[in-house]
Amino acid sequence: MSQDLFDIRFRHGLPEHLQEVQREVARVAADAGLDTFPVVFEMVSSEEMSMLAAYGGFPTRYPHWRFGMEFEQLHKSYTYGLSKIYEMVINTDPCYAYLMDCNSDMDQKLVMAHVYGHCDFFKNNLWFAHTNRKMVDEMANHAVRVRRIADRFGVQRVEEFIDCCLSVENLIDPHAVAIRRQSEADDPIQASLRQAAEDGEEPERPDAALFKGPVDRSYMEIYVNPPAEVERRQEEALQRSQAPRKVPEHPERDVLGFILEHGPLSPWEAEILAIIREEALYFAPQGQTKIMNEGWATFWHTRLMTEQLATTGEIVDYADHHSGTVAMSPYRLNPYKLGLELFRDVEARWDTGRHGREYDACEDLRERKEWFRDERGGMEKIFQVRRIYNDLQFVDAFLTEDFCREHGFFTYGYDKKSKQHLVESRRFADVKGKLLDQLTNFGQPIIEVVDANAENRGELLLVHRHTGSDLDAAWAETTLSNLVRLWRRPVILETELNDKRMHIRHDGTECTRKAVGAGEETA
Amino acid sequence: MALKIEGDVGRFKQIVRGRVRKDLKKFMSSGELIGRQGKDVVSIPLPQIQLPRFRFGDNEEGGVGSGEGEEGQPVDGDGDGTGKAGNAPGEHVLEVDVTLEELAEIMGEELELPRIEPRGSKQIQAKKDRYTRVSSVGPDALRHFKRTYKQALRRQIAAGSYNPAKPSVVPIRHDTRYRSWKEDAKPERNAVILYMMDVSGSMGAAQKEIVRIEAFWIDTWLRSQYDGLETRYIIHDAAAKEVDRDTFFHTRESGGTLISTAYKLCRKIIQADYPTADWNIYPFQFSDGDNWSGSDTRDCMKMLEEDLLPASNVFCYGQVESEYGSGQFLGDLTKQFAEDDRVITSKIADKDAIQASIKTFLGKGR
Repeated sequence: MSQDLFDIRFRHGLPEHLQEVQREVARVAADAGLDTFPVVFEMVSSEEMSMLAAYGGFPTRYPHWRFGMEFEQLHKSYTYGLSKIYEMVINTDPCYAYLMDCNSDMDQKLVMAHVYGHCDFFKNNLWFAHTNRKMVDEMANHAVRVRRIADRFGVQRVEEFIDCCLSVENLIDPHAVAIRRQSEADDPIQASLRQAAEDGEEPERPDAALFKGPVDRSYMEIYVNPPAEVERRQEEALQRSQAPRKVPEHPERDVLGFILEHGPLSPWEAEILAIIREEALYFAPQGQTKIMNEGWATFWHTRLMTEQLATTGEIVDYADHHSGTVAMSPYRLNPYKLGLELFRDVEARWDTGRHGREYDACEDLRERKEWFRDERGGMEKIFQVRRIYNDLQFVDAFLTEDFCREHGFFTYGYDKKSKQHLVESRRFADVKGKLLDQLTNFGQPIIEVVDANAENRGELLLVHRHTGSDLDAAWAETTLSNLVRLWRRPVILETELNDKRMHIRHDGTECTRKAVGAGEETA
Repeated sequence: MALKIEGDVGRFKQIVRGRVRKDLKKFMSSGELIGRQGKDVVSIPLPQIQLPRFRFGDNEEGGVGSGEGEEGQPVDGDGDGTGKAGNAPGEHVLEVDVTLEELAEIMGEELELPRIEPRGSKQIQAKKDRYTRVSSVGPDALRHFKRTYKQALRRQIAAGSYNPAKPSVVPIRHDTRYRSWKEDAKPERNAVILYMMDVSGSMGAAQKEIVRIEAFWIDTWLRSQYDGLETRYIIHDAAAKEVDRDTFFHTRESGGTLISTAYKLCRKIIQADYPTADWNIYPFQFSDGDNWSGSDTRDCMKMLEEDLLPASNVFCYGQVESEYGSGQFLGDLTKQFAEDDRVITSKIADKDAIQASIKTFLGKGR
């Protein structure tokens, strides 16, 4: 390990005996192969914990009433004994983690082991690679900037604008950070053609040489660059340069980024929107890896506690606490439990060789049950999994039919007649399909910008990629009105309601609905 | 320690108050808040406070669970299960707790109600013990360490046995100090509301609902104005009796109406329990305006004039419209006490009139 995990700078706030515990947990975690940032623990009161949780784990955020609302709910829920936050940890370097000061010492030990699991995940999982590890400072800077803007332009005005931004906060592309889209400006051929058109020259086909690949031997020329294909590309480029330019060129999932780039925002508005987008992108990987992240941390706290850390006097309390953490309710899959079991399953399967084509093809139940190839690759495999997967891929790749049956998973739906939730299906394909649905895009609708000049009136056309579930129309309408505030022109959402393609259009004062290709119908 | 988030919490509360104020009229006429009332707080449903976003509709709700159950059977367990609160947005309407005090304040501002001037010197000296003194005797549980050690240090310095180079302070029994109390007299202003309601056959469920809502807001306001508030309930038809709150709102009798019986009982209660020198007294009467006979009405007026009015801050009479009631009593009352501002009358046609009638009752500031 290159970092000095026992760096003295980071240990303020923790009483002596817990520093001792931290040293031990850090040593044990490092021995187990966890690779973490230095971890700084802070002891906080329940009130401070609620505050930090409301702030998403950061000590300083920009002023906004929503944080106050979350604080009220969290703190009330804690005061009434309905919920308790044992720990919070944030993805930064050094990694800050908060411990509740009323936890018992055993709880603190468990929580520390859990935190080291999270920290290893933050550091090594690829989906976190793009995140800013100095986010504490960045958030504090955002806070200062927003406060300054509020001082200049008025608290109420700025707050209302933030409300608008937050209501479309989920319209980001979590993959945006990894994509470099080729825009027209990057295409030298198109650029030169347009330049020529602007200079008033007659449109003519671009030089054929631009479309030819390199050829080593001249007799290969007609195979590498068949004349018909070269001609087709020339023609295509010419036509493209003459077609009206479309913005965006391809449907764009990063609606916030699009508005930021093309919307008529004043400088302070753009600054705030950029801040909100940056923070949303920072938090996105945590939504993408909830099951894995919690599963990984739980996997390691159980292993470290039961094998090394817990003393005999603590083990019963530990078991009690742990069973609470992984308790399942019939209505909800507990991400702690699901992740933990999946990691354990993967470890066991790769230890015993129960994977690969041969195993999958085997239909003899007894043979499957007794299957054993002494591979001992489990540990290596789960470390690889924690590095390259996110929840969607994780469930897709490792949720097997056996696993599903063993844990008694089912899908349920709401039955309007009996007014209760009924078990729908126990079929593996259904369960997995539903689970993957819920994990796709954080279980939120996928909405893309398709046209920034709809009806040739500068209206913004968004399309909801309908995947079987309708949008909540009332919520969609109020959200649209907020989008109008950002775009300053009417915004249209194309979606499907009750199996009908619809355009919901909001022009700032009223909202109308129109079936696509039919007459108008006022909402 | 002041938390950084307090600014945001304050802003949130301000927004909540704004929303409550906007919807106050709706709340006042619907009676939605009654039953959501705890000891000190009312929880108010505020769906519009959440930030809207694109999300799937409610009919899509469903998911993956685990456990027992055949296909087609209901999913077991309660909706919340164990574990942490869900972070799925918008599954329930957000409820915000507002303290009764705050609610009264909002109501006061919205209806422009004046603060109540307590009449005369109607104050009770309440005694309260506060532990602010230090004494040299007392139980060990109240031992005051700091003072004890201070005393020991003082003694050692005086005796010359204290060595600053090697400071050690050892208290002896004589040094021990204890926390002790002091009696504080605190003026307290108390009020009592005496609700009287006609429960004869002509008062229907709709009328009683109106009375219930009125009573809730009157309680809320007067509670905010006094240190202590008591409420007593009297129902009457041809005879009156005192009942508890629940019975008051749910009893239905048949038979005639003699308002004087209620007044008599009211007078008895006041004389027995609420000396006028110590209490602010608010009799509220609700009726559909029917009375059995003119002679009984005359008895009522006499009793009002001689006994009830001198004892009370104000006397309020609310006439709830009903299809059976004649509404005669309101006319009699206004004729008799046209010049007397100790009598406030109001006609409540339907639920929408509740707000105006409360303003009439409480708008005098007495």
